[in-house]
Amino acid sequence: MTQKEKAKLVPVSREPALLTERDADKSPVLECIDLGITFGGLKAVDNFNVTIGRTEITGLIGPNGAGKTTVFNLLTKVYQPTHGTILLNGKDIHDLNTAQVNRAGIARTFQNIRLFGDMTVEQNITVAMDTQMHYTMPEGILRLPRFWKEEHVMHERAMELLSIFHMEDLANAKANSLPYGAQRRLEILRALATNPSLLLLDEPAAGMNPSETAELMENIRSIRDTFKIAVLLIEHDMNLVMNICEGIAVLNFGHVIAKGTPEDIQNNPEVIEAYLGKQKEA
Amino acid sequence: MEFLSYLISGISLGSVYAIIALGYTMVYGIAKMLNFAHGDIIMIGGYVSFCAMFYLGLPNIVAVLLAVIVCTVLGVVIERLAYKPLRSAPSLAVLITAIGVSYFLQNSALLIWKAAARVYPPVVEGSMQLFGGKLTVSYVSLLTIAACVVIMIGLTTFVNKSKMGKAMRACSEDKAAAQLMGINVNATISATFAIGSALAAIAGVLLCSFNTSLMPTTGSMPGIKAFTAAVFGGIGSIPGAFLGGLLLGIIEAMAKAYISTNLANSIVFAVLIVVLLVKPAGLLGKSVTEKV
Repeated sequence: MTQKEKAKLVPVSREPALLTERDADKSPVLECIDLGITFGGLKAVDNFNVTIGRTEITGLIGPNGAGKTTVFNLLTKVYQPTHGTILLNGKDIHDLNTAQVNRAGIARTFQNIRLFGDMTVEQNITVAMDTQMHYTMPEGILRLPRFWKEEHVMHERAMELLSIFHMEDLANAKANSLPYGAQRRLEILRALATNPSLLLLDEPAAGMNPSETAELMENIRSIRDTFKIAVLLIEHDMNLVMNICEGIAVLNFGHVIAKGTPEDIQNNPEVIEAYLGKQKEA
Repeated sequence: MEFLSYLISGISLGSVYAIIALGYTMVYGIAKMLNFAHGDIIMIGGYVSFCAMFYLGLPNIVAVLLAVIVCTVLGVVIERLAYKPLRSAPSLAVLITAIGVSYFLQNSALLIWKAAARVYPPVVEGSMQLFGGKLTVSYVSLLTIAACVVIMIGLTTFVNKSKMGKAMRACSEDKAAAQLMGINVNATISATFAIGSALAAIAGVLLCSFNTSLMPTTGSMPGIKAFTAAVFGGIGSIPGAFLGGLLLGIIEAMAKAYISTNLANSIVFAVLIVVLLVKPAGLLGKSVTEKV
């Protein structure tokens, strides 16, 4: 059987689908089936089977180099998976490119901040909304009513988003003039502006102090509750992960070595081994 | 009065450079490549308008529009066929390809229109006398300056206010991030080439009206000079291209008038070297300090 045929087949017996019971009655937002990618001979991610519920906050943890960001790159089609299937809202995204995946509902932030630094805070947000606007070029040039209406809607929505983090005053500031924490928050808002059903956060708390992290936890939860979306986050801050994630998947050397609720994970010997090394026999 | 007349001719020459430089700078800013074929698109614009006026007998304005359309299509096609497959190739490969495309266009023009220079009559004739006949300003000069100002204002508004313009700025800052925000990067790059090539067509008509001659190599020298102007002003910056183009034109006109016609080009490039020694990113360019 060729690699391609293999990829199209959905396994008969799937592993327990959802990480938690939270969205048990709804169809999941994301299903990864045997997802993997090989670089040369290296299996960077292999047999990645994770399903995420509609309004679930899921953590993806693991030691450095475990392949966490690679999973994000696979989900957003920055890398084309070499095997496996990704179902977003039940649809295979195999043939979509990065921009199309975003329009289909996956938005992300970056480990190292990648804002459009020379644009204002508001423009960073509205540029992410433009794909949802419908006015045509002549309407834009002639400033016809639909242009004004949609510009107005975009402005209102941008302000609404900024109010989540109390950043309305910064709307006209240049993005790269913001302090570090605010840039991280703006990245989240920019991702939200694309109207996703799944938000991927790559180390959202990196470089934040404990009080900023505590605030961020509240924000992530309230974003989930307000927008009714799923969040998948990569994070090294175990306090954050254990506190806000309903489900957790642990990745080590490209393999999922454990998944379940925070309690399951904390007591899983394999996870402890991956993080702390093997305990010597007494 | 002599000085004023040199200044005006410098400004109008500079305006042509500025219009060409805008094409270089936009493509560089968004696609991060030097499109050395840009100068030859100018020449194609010249020939298309020439043929439209003389062989087809179309009115001047229609000929110019036809040149704009042909060059826009040509620019987009070149991007699709020659540059898009190299999107993730090393920049040197793209550069060599651009030089190849440049020679391809030049030699195609040689094949179609032959090497002999054609006499290209200005698209608008005549001139006006100022200060009781002491100062003569040709209408072509005025048209060039006006065209440059209109293009500059239009382009700035477009880039700052329109959807596509915002997408262009996003792509110029971070293509991967833009793509992840749902922006169609390929369409944005195509649009950039379309705009750059349309400007090249206009520049071609103005340049030929200025020089009153046209041959297959017409575009190369002005192309290189406009590229210089773009670097001079800070490549990637739209106001930089405008400023760089104007200054270059004025320096060239003054050098021709007061120093030596033969040395004019050398002087232009010498000034470039000095400016880049003092401001390596160009006049309005941003110097990027790498965080270590």
